[in-house]
Amino acid sequence: MREGSRIQLQIVRRESTEAPPYLQRILYETPDPNATVATALTDINKNPNQKDTEGNVVTPIGWECNCLQKKCGACAMLINNRPMLACDTKLSEYGKKGVIRVEPLKKFPVIRDLIVDRSILQENLKTIKAWLEEPVLLKDKQYDVAYEASRCLQCGCCLEICPNFYAGGTFAGTAALVPVSRLLAELPREEQKKLAKAYREHVFEGCGKSLACRKVCPAGIDVDKLLVNSNAMAIWKKQL
Amino acid sequence: MAKVNIIGAGLAGLSAAITLAEQGYECNLISNFPSERAQSVLAEGGINAALDTCGEQDTVENHFEDTMRGGVYLADPNAVWGLVQNAPQVVQRLADMGVPFNMENGRILLRSFGGQNKKRTAYAKSSTGKFLVYALIYESRKYEARGLITRFCHHEFIRLLLEEERGVRVKDTYTGRQYDFVGNVILATGGINGVFPGMTTGTVHNTGDVTATVFAQGMRLSNLEMMQYHPTTIGISGKRMLVTEAARGEGGRLFVNREGSPWYFMEEKYPELKNLMPRDVVAREMYFVVRREDTDGQVYLDMRGLPGDVWKRKLSDLREELLHYLALDPAKEPIPVEPGIHYFCGGIDVDERHATNLAGVYAAGECCSQYHGANRLGGNSLLGAVYGGKVAAQSVMADGDMKPQDGSVRAVDVSDAFAGEASPALIEELGKHLYEGLGIVRSEADLSKALGLVCELEDTCNCQRETARIALAKAILKSALARRESRGAHYREDYPDRDETFQRITVADAGEGKICISWKDIPERRGV
Ligand SMILES: Cc1cc2nc3c(=O)[nH]c(=O)nc-3n(C[C@H](O)[C@H](O)[C@H](O)COP(=O)(O)OP(=O)(O)OC[C@H]3O[C@@H](n4cnc5c(N)ncnc54)[C@H](O)[C@@H]3O)c2cc1C
Ligand code: SF4
Ligand code: SF4
Ligand code: FES
Repeated sequence: MREGSRIQLQIVRRESTEAPPYLQRILYETPDPNATVATALTDINKNPNQKDTEGNVVTPIGWECNCLQKKCGACAMLINNRPMLACDTKLSEYGKKGVIRVEPLKKFPVIRDLIVDRSILQENLKTIKAWLEEPVLLKDKQYDVAYEASRCLQCGCCLEICPNFYAGGTFAGTAALVPVSRLLAELPREEQKKLAKAYREHVFEGCGKSLACRKVCPAGIDVDKLLVNSNAMAIWKKQL
Repeated sequence: MAKVNIIGAGLAGLSAAITLAEQGYECNLISNFPSERAQSVLAEGGINAALDTCGEQDTVENHFEDTMRGGVYLADPNAVWGLVQNAPQVVQRLADMGVPFNMENGRILLRSFGGQNKKRTAYAKSSTGKFLVYALIYESRKYEARGLITRFCHHEFIRLLLEEERGVRVKDTYTGRQYDFVGNVILATGGINGVFPGMTTGTVHNTGDVTATVFAQGMRLSNLEMMQYHPTTIGISGKRMLVTEAARGEGGRLFVNREGSPWYFMEEKYPELKNLMPRDVVAREMYFVVRREDTDGQVYLDMRGLPGDVWKRKLSDLREELLHYLALDPAKEPIPVEPGIHYFCGGIDVDERHATNLAGVYAAGECCSQYHGANRLGGNSLLGAVYGGKVAAQSVMADGDMKPQDGSVRAVDVSDAFAGEASPALIEELGKHLYEGLGIVRSEADLSKALGLVCELEDTCNCQRETARIALAKAILKSALARRESRGAHYREDYPDRDETFQRITVADAGEGKICISWKDIPERRGV
């Protein structure tokens, strides 16, 4: 039987967008060997008498989660300084030194505690006009690209790590590259053109291709493959 | 121009919004989370339609019969006929929107799903729901850019406005501010997972508060006792995780060790459909075999016989998941599984047109009680959500009862009795009692005991949301008590047989603070 965990959770909290951040330390113990940061946050919020290490009552911690099985992207946050999904971060693996530090993603406006406003992801895709005007026919060979691209969670981890992305800038990052790849793979040749222009401006030109984004993508999306594929179609005008 | 207000942006809400936009109607699409986070993205196995691309002579009539039989004749046959008849078109339209369904030579491939003896389930590996949602998001985005769909993400439902003006009150969870949206409302808020916290395969933020609140406001609910247990789930931290029925559709087999050797009990008992009997039957058989003295009490899902190609092309995500969460490779080892709460067949009572008993309020998707009767067939709920959302939108347009001010948004600065949060401790305790009463096998004694315990919690209520939740809990238990027979998802050990006098729908009403359960007849099937 694997063991549970006993860790100190250090949470960077903030009551509102304007309020100053503060660090709260909470001891959390669980017999569940599979417990994740999401489990810890849920349990802490469930306990009305939960105290922090200084003896203060812990007010409900604001954070987002929904599926608890790394499929919805809601629970992205900085964990030990790396953008990750709370529901996919096992305490037993990441709390080896007995401490886990949890912070909101830094590239997005903080609403409260660990909740950030990631609406820029949707706004960017609107700017790029990422949609289909006409029905498409999926050719067999594009299936793999379309499939891979459809796996994006819109979690924003890739944007957090990207040296070139900032909210409000022209560069929309991998969170736009991935969905746009699907469209580029699906659109007939003539209709690719408009999208190709937006792709060049909002993805291709800003990207340094270091692929730091690939390493943190919790869905494990094959970003290089999509990048190569989309560049070929949109920039080098090759029909794959 | 008059706008419609849609609450919920999963498949049903998106489908309603797009249907309106396609006809040039405007809507507000309001949800506590963006669509990417909706429960619909979790759906794995697929969506049903009698496309008959596998040369099995499947027909719409077959799909109709399977759906009615699966739901043990508790669904409205006319609504079901609309569903199955439109299914091929719905799936084709989704393919046109770029859903990467598994295909071969330009044909959409179909897989076998429980309770159906033809291949009828279109799929995109084992992430069908995700791809459906994303395709509809793209489509919605187009209309958002054109101003036809206005999104309000991070906005939470507080209550319906039923006074002189109809509409809905919501709270912006980022700012805490409240707003009244005037006009017709389509509720598409999903299943009531949060009533059973941590015990379902669904998502956390389908809390059940919407259904509880509208019930308290006079909305009729129906078929509440029909909660579906999925036979194959595994416990992961904080929830039950589904092992898709596609695992059995592609050849997975259930067994239990009996006196030292594997016993494939479903195959022995049901030689025709074997492991693909309807979910209620499989879950119940599992319940009984693990309680037999000659077994070791654990059911396994055996997928070792699946060809490598199936793992690669059809179930790659499932294999990754099982490796990740259980450190077991399903291609090499049997997977221990247990039944878990998966789908709420009942909910907000709607007519064939998805209208509720409250004027100007419609409901679609898993939050409503439609199509699935006493037990839902796998693959029919994605279909029900997409199609139901469309029908609800069509009904709003057809009813034409719109005023120019509809859709306008007004900030309100009053404290609303329904805005307080229910305490997690109360939710937890309530869930525990319900679970005790509403297992796979139920009895008068267990249900009455649970009802007693739930009633005791009434005195501890601190806000209206808590009171509403308790009323909903009581309504579910009372519906299950009233149905003194066994049918579909509802199995009573004290009334183990089906009784045709109960071929009627339970309807729960919360009039005057008292919960009443009555019966509604199933409409006759119209000539087709
Ligand atoms: C693991 C899993 C696998 C499944 N697999 C299949 C399958 O293979 N085939 C199939 O047919 N079905 C499947 N289902 C069932 C199917 O996915 C759902 O029934 C269907 O997606 C429900 O869609 P919906 O639009 O009604 O609700 P949801 O997708 O749940 O959307 C509900 C919406 O309402 C919003 N909402 C909820 N509460 C509030 C509130 N208080 N205020 C504001 N907004 C709110 C949410 O944010 C969300 O946008 C599966 C379900 C699960 C859990
Ligand atoms: S490759 Fe580098 S620059 Fe390009 S999106 Fe990824 S992290 Fe950003
Ligand atoms: S590409 Fe990966 S990291 Fe980026 S939003 Fe999509 S799932 Fe998240
Ligand atoms: S809660 Fe959905 S990804 Fe973590």
